[in-house]
Amino acid sequence: MAETLKIELRIKRFNPEKDEEPWWGEYEVEMGPTDRVLDALHYVKWHIDGTLTLRRSCGHGICGSDAMRINGVNRLACKVLLRDVAPVVTVEPILGLPVIKDLVVDMEPFMAQYRSVMPYFVNDEPPPPRERLQSPEERERFDDTTKCILCACCTTSCPSFWARGEYVGPAAIVQAHRFIFDSRDKAAAQRLEILNEPDGVWRCRTVYNCTNACPREIKITEAIAEVKKALLFSRL
Amino acid sequence: MSKFQYDVLVIGAGGAGLMAALYASKSANTAVLSKLYPTRSHTGAAQGGISAALGNHEEDHWEWHAYDTVKGSDYLGDQDAIEIMCREAIDVVIELEHMGLPFDRTPEGKIAQRPFGGHTRNYGEAPVRRACHAADRTGHMILQTLYQQCIKHNVNFFDEFQVLDLIIEDGVCKGAVAYEIDTGEIHTFHAKAVILATGGWGKCWSVTSNAFTLTGDGAAIVLRHGVPLEDMEFFQFHPTGIWKMGILITEGVRGEGGVLRNNLGERFMERYAPTLKDLASRDVVSRAIYMEIREGRGIDGKDYVYLDATHLGRERIEKKLPDIADFCRTYLGIDPAEQPMPVQPTAHYAMGGIPTDVDGRVIVDANNTPLYGLYAAGEVACVSVHGANRLGTNSLLDLVVFGRRAGIHAAAFANEIELQPIPDNADDPTRELVERVRTSDGDENVATIRAEMQKLMMDNVGVFRTEELLTDAVEKLKVLKERARHISIQDKGKRFNQDLLEAIELYNLLDLAEVTALSALNRTESRGAHSREDYPERDDENWLKHTLIYREEDGSYRFDYKPVTITKFEPKPRVY
Repeated sequence: MAETLKIELRIKRFNPEKDEEPWWGEYEVEMGPTDRVLDALHYVKWHIDGTLTLRRSCGHGICGSDAMRINGVNRLACKVLLRDVAPVVTVEPILGLPVIKDLVVDMEPFMAQYRSVMPYFVNDEPPPPRERLQSPEERERFDDTTKCILCACCTTSCPSFWARGEYVGPAAIVQAHRFIFDSRDKAAAQRLEILNEPDGVWRCRTVYNCTNACPREIKITEAIAEVKKALLFSRL
Repeated sequence: MSKFQYDVLVIGAGGAGLMAALYASKSANTAVLSKLYPTRSHTGAAQGGISAALGNHEEDHWEWHAYDTVKGSDYLGDQDAIEIMCREAIDVVIELEHMGLPFDRTPEGKIAQRPFGGHTRNYGEAPVRRACHAADRTGHMILQTLYQQCIKHNVNFFDEFQVLDLIIEDGVCKGAVAYEIDTGEIHTFHAKAVILATGGWGKCWSVTSNAFTLTGDGAAIVLRHGVPLEDMEFFQFHPTGIWKMGILITEGVRGEGGVLRNNLGERFMERYAPTLKDLASRDVVSRAIYMEIREGRGIDGKDYVYLDATHLGRERIEKKLPDIADFCRTYLGIDPAEQPMPVQPTAHYAMGGIPTDVDGRVIVDANNTPLYGLYAAGEVACVSVHGANRLGTNSLLDLVVFGRRAGIHAAAFANEIELQPIPDNADDPTRELVERVRTSDGDENVATIRAEMQKLMMDNVGVFRTEELLTDAVEKLKVLKERARHISIQDKGKRFNQDLLEAIELYNLLDLAEVTALSALNRTESRGAHSREDYPERDDENWLKHTLIYREEDGSYRFDYKPVTITKFEPKPRVY
């Protein structure tokens, strides 16, 4: 017989169609120790209460759909094993974005900040017939920030973002970093100018919540520091 | 409720949809509808690489790539389409690089390439380095890069709009009906051309590498409109999914030198594929794993084997396969530099799908009659470049090559014609469907039926098949479909009602499971991923042809067949 865990799942519920206030749904489920929090949420949704609502897609930490606050920290529900958080598991929506229903938040403010930093490759010179050359060292320079999956774990764990929703936030800075430090890209100066605005990188207080929250283990605080440094040295 | 008008609608925002949208939007007013935020699409889960005969490390030619693809397809792929894909591969990979895609680099600064299953030099001599890669997150980088370019070029997106129907009248597709997930509103999108890029249906099986959202929506919708589906019996099981979970472990592990071992520690692929060994094509490797397990050489006598990368060294694993290392730590609690990974074949990829020509136009019969205004690209489509078995890395290639072609041709078509009128009540069938599900009050549970279907498909319509297993599957699927008419859902609201959408997705999955089992029962030979134990040989005399399965109005099915296009490579016995 496989070993099982008794889990007490506490889920913050809110359906604006019928609830005035958020409430805590409590569910007892029996799961395997290597089942994920996502499996427990699915168990509830599929066999106890079909109204429980969450986003998920790939189920293994690549698509970034199921960011949520699990026992007080931002995680992807598909990357947390129950044995690591049992026996009481508290699940809430990520903070700082409007709740649509239960664990689903409105991602549009987050995506708008992402779009604001020119998160795309810019090089208007006519391209060569083959690939643009880039040394392995130049490629390595921005490798870490190419891993971002836009899950919002970082931005919604940031006290500066909680205090001021207009702050562009760590995820958008990570995306800008990916291009600023790409030797082939030509728009670093424009992105740095955007990030030098009052709601740009300077709102970062180096709290490291973002780095701790990142399910892709991106060294976000370091990336933000590199952008700050680039700004200091590019403005004479 | 609203009515929208566009020249071109793209449904689905993975690699094929975004590539199509980028191209269509250059000359036509284009919108992309996706049930997910685009960056959640499953293209992002592709790991190992995208093939193109760039020859950055060693001599390579697109003709060699074409030969490998034809042989990989067990001669069922259409060779005209394969030639187009392998020739355009070079140009499209360079285009992705010019869009900023961060490929890994050679010491000279060129795009780095690695070996991959079934890809060889000089028509089968030895493995060749053809898979262009960005660590083990190549699909992620393709998806991100294409989405970034869509932002740059102001492509219109309707995120979290789930298409539930197409508007097809008199042999012309005139738009789509979509359910806005956030509000529960139903919207009509009136268009001159529609491109389906909704991906696969791996969720028909219990052990799969596929996302929860891969429910075959596009294929199921067209099937119900009388469009045939092609070669549905060919569904790829990737040899190396994490045991029980199905999570993909890239073939890139074997490309980097990893090997499969049984409970005796034996590198068993040497017996099944003496030349390419662990880099034989996926159907061959998946069957070999099943044979080892069946003969009692699974690990601990169980249904898995080991994928051993311990000899590669930690540095190489962390550098070339960081996500794989992360999956192993997270889900297995092991370090792949120290311990082998427990793997089993996992339902991975639909070779079959909506029949199209090489420009993405959907065709409805063996004479290649087009359904005007309707296009398909990517996994949902069947061009057919993969035939009976797809080579690793050719899916990402298929997405961008045929996504691009579909985008170009759909826009050109849209610019030539006037918007065709649609009836005011084009959304009626969708409203009825949604209301029927919302108000359902039977005593069946969606998740229970889905789980039973997935287990049935795994047991009976998996790597090895027999008439007995398939007949049993067809009968049981009929029962499951009947039970699915008597479900009830608990969420009766409008806002973000996933309960309702999961029920509709179950209907899609059941239809696709049924046509898969029927097509598999019908094809009495073994070819590529379709392995019939009661018909173990390939039978070119009777079966060198594509299956087309049609659903009739009374719910019954009929078959037709389409010849395979052969240009250069006559069918030969397939040995790796």
